[in-house]
Amino acid sequence: MRHTISVLVENKFGVLARIAGLFSARGFNIDSLAVGETQDPAVSCMTIVVNAEDERILEQIKKQLHKLIDIITVIDLTKKEFFERELVLVKVSLDKSNKANLEKIAHKFNAEILHSDKESAIIEAALEEKNIEEFLSVLKEFGIKQLVRTGKIAIPK
Amino acid sequence: MTGAQIFIEALKKEKVEVIFGYPGGQVLPIFDKLYDSGLHFILTRHEQGAAHAADGYARATGKTGVCIATSGPGATNLTTGIANAYMDSIPMVAFTGQVKSFLIGNDAFQEADITGITRPITKHNYLVKDVKDLACVIKEAFHIASTGRPGPVVVDIPSDIQMADTNFEYPNVCNIRSYNPTLKGHPGQIKKAAKAISQAKKPIIYAGGGVIISEASEELNRLAEKIKAPVTTTLMGLGGFNQRSELSLGMLGMHGTAYANHAIMGSDLIIAVGARFDDRVTGRLDAFAPHAQIIHIDIDPSSISKNIKVHIPIVGDAKNILRELIDEIKKVPDTSHWLGTVKGWKEKYPLRYSNNTDKIKPQYVIEKICEITKGQAIICTEVGQNQMWAAQYYTYTKPRTFISSGGLGTMGFGLPAAMGVKSGCPDKIVFDIAGDGSIQMNIQELMTCVAEKLNVKIAILNNGYLGMVRQWQELFYKKRYSQTTLVNPDFVKLAEAYGAKGIRVSKKEEVEKAIVQAIEIDNVVMIDFIVEPEENVFPMVPAGEAINSMIEGLA
Ligand SMILES: Cc1ncc(C[n+]2csc(CCOP(=O)(O)OP(=O)(O)O)c2C)c(N)n1
Ligand SMILES: [Mg+2]
Repeated sequence: MRHTISVLVENKFGVLARIAGLFSARGFNIDSLAVGETQDPAVSCMTIVVNAEDERILEQIKKQLHKLIDIITVIDLTKKEFFERELVLVKVSLDKSNKANLEKIAHKFNAEILHSDKESAIIEAALEEKNIEEFLSVLKEFGIKQLVRTGKIAIPK
Repeated sequence: MTGAQIFIEALKKEKVEVIFGYPGGQVLPIFDKLYDSGLHFILTRHEQGAAHAADGYARATGKTGVCIATSGPGATNLTTGIANAYMDSIPMVAFTGQVKSFLIGNDAFQEADITGITRPITKHNYLVKDVKDLACVIKEAFHIASTGRPGPVVVDIPSDIQMADTNFEYPNVCNIRSYNPTLKGHPGQIKKAAKAISQAKKPIIYAGGGVIISEASEELNRLAEKIKAPVTTTLMGLGGFNQRSELSLGMLGMHGTAYANHAIMGSDLIIAVGARFDDRVTGRLDAFAPHAQIIHIDIDPSSISKNIKVHIPIVGDAKNILRELIDEIKKVPDTSHWLGTVKGWKEKYPLRYSNNTDKIKPQYVIEKICEITKGQAIICTEVGQNQMWAAQYYTYTKPRTFISSGGLGTMGFGLPAAMGVKSGCPDKIVFDIAGDGSIQMNIQELMTCVAEKLNVKIAILNNGYLGMVRQWQELFYKKRYSQTTLVNPDFVKLAEAYGAKGIRVSKKEEVEKAIVQAIEIDNVVMIDFIVEPEENVFPMVPAGEAINSMIEGLA
C-alpha cells in the first residue's frame, strides 16, 4: 500500500541522510520525497511517499523515524483526510497543427504553457497524483521530450 | 578559550572520571590540553580497545563512557566498539578528530566521513562546524547518550575548531525539542497489566538488559516475590534478578536452560521488562509462547511489537513502571500449581554436563571461579562458547556483574571491557572469561592493563578451536571443521612478555589452586586452561526452531 508520510524535522545538515538511511537500510525504495522550509525557518517539512510491501516494516520505520533526534513529528497521512499536489514540468513536441489542442488540454488540467516555439512547448501543472497520470498520458500523444516532477507535498485537513 | 580547552572544561563539567583513547594528528590540540588537565587518561594500544573499555566502564558503573581517537584510521578503528555499544544500548560519547573544516570532502590526509560511517550505529552524531557550538554539542551528546534508551553518540571535531577561540559557557540544561523520552508509564496501561497479572495462572517474567540500565533490579525482585512468578532473563539481563532465588530460571533462548524455555512456552502471561524479543530468545517466531498474553515494558516504542505482537505495551522507564505496577496489583494470583510444574521441569532438565573425566571441562572452570569468588566478581566475557558457559555456570546475584557483548557478539570485547570495568570498579575482582580465539583479537590491551595496573584476571578456556563455530560445523555441517582449528601462541610466555603473570593449567586438580593464586597475585594474570577441545554448549536450540525443541548434550 502507498503511504504518504509527513515529517517535521530540524532544518540541519545530515537530517535527510538519516531519514533516507532508515529506508535504504531495509531495502525500501522511496517513491518521492519533497523537502522545504515551514513557517518556522528552523523547521523543514518532508513529504515522503513509499510503497510498503510489508506494513509491519513500515510501522517499524515510522517508529524509528520518530526516534531520530532531529525529527520533531511523524504523521502518516494515509488514514487521514489531506490535500496533495505535485508540480510537473513537461516539455512536449509541438507543431502548428496541434498547438490549439495543447491549449485545450492545458485549460482542462488548469495547466499553464510557460513557453512554446516551433518545435516544442513547456507546460506546468500542479495536480493530485491520480490526475497527473491522466495528464501525462494525454501529453504522450504529443511526444514527451522531458519530464520533471517535484514529488508530492501534502497537508492534512 | 580554544575549542580544545572547551573540550576539557566540558568533560570536567560532565564529571568524566576517565577517558580512553589514542592520539594522532587531528587531535593534537586536544591532547595538548589534556597533558596538564588533571583528567585521568588511559592510553590504550588500539582505538577499538578504547571504545570497548569505555563501554565496559559504562556497563559496570552506569556512568557514560568516554573515548577519543584521531581522524581517519583512528576513527574507523572505533567503529566496532561504537556498533557494539549501540546494539546493547550503552551510554558512551566517542570524540574523533577531523581534518580542518575547510578540507572536509577533499580526500585530505587521514580524512574519513565518520559521521556518515557511524550514522546507523549511533544514537546520534555531530560534526562540529563552529567553535561556538562546541560546548552545547558536548552537553547534548552526554544528555542524549545517557537518557531514554541510552546509546553511543559521536562528536567529530575538526582540528581548526579545536584551535579556534570563543567564550566558554556551559549550558546547565539541555532542551532538545524533538527529544523527550517517555519515562512515566501510562496509568491505564499499568492498570490493565495489573489486572492481567491478577488473572494469570501461569505468569512468567522475562527480563532483559533494560532492567539493569534503569536500575530496576530491586523492583524486579520485588515484583517476582509479590506475584510469585518465575523469572528468566536474557543474556543482557543476567544479574538483574537474583539467581539464588527459588524463582530464578536462569537464562532463556538458544543456549538458555531447558526449564526457562519450557516455562516461557507453557506460560499464559509473559511480563517482558526491558527486553526486545531478540531472535536468539524467541526462536521460531510463530511458535513462540502460543498461549501467552504479553505485557511489554520498554522505554523504546520501536521495540514494542517489533518481532512479537504485544497485548499490553507500557512505554516508559522500567523502574518507574515496576514500582507503580507493584502498587497497582491488588489481588495476587495463585501460582502454586504453576510453580510446581516449573519445579518439575527444573528437576527433569537441569543444566548439567558430564564431569567424570580427567580432562578439564570448561563448565567446571566457571563453576570453580564462581565458588572461589563467592559469586562476587565482575565477569566479563569474550564471544563464543566461553561466553555461553560464563552465562550458564556462574551464579549472578547483582546487576552490573555480567559484562558481555550481547547484540553484536564482538570477539575481542572482553579484555578491553574488563580493563574499563576495573578502572571504574578498582576494588572488585574482575575476570575476563576468554576463548583462545577471541583473546587474540585485542590481545594488545594486555599491555594497557599492565601499564595502568588494571589487574584483571583472564581465564582462557583454551580448546584450540573457534569453538562455537566448530560446534555448528559439528552439528550442522558434517564435522567439516573449515578454518576453525587454531594454532595458538604460548599464552604463558605471551603474558610474561607483556609483564603480566601467566599460568598454565592442564590438570583438573590444579584448577582451583590456579584461580586462587591468580586472585592473590597483585598483577594482571592470564590463566591458560587447557580444556576438553570438543566440548559443546548445551542445551541448544537450532536456529529457526521453536525454543522448546532443544538439543540436549546428555541423554
Ligand atoms: C569479530 C568477530 N568475528 C567473528 C565472529 C564469529 N564467531 C563467533 S564465536 C567464534 C569463535 C570464538 O572462538 P573462541 O574465542 O576460541 O571461543 P570458543 O567458542 O572456542 O569458546 C567466532 C569466530 C564474531 N563473533 N566476532
Ligand atoms: Mg576456542
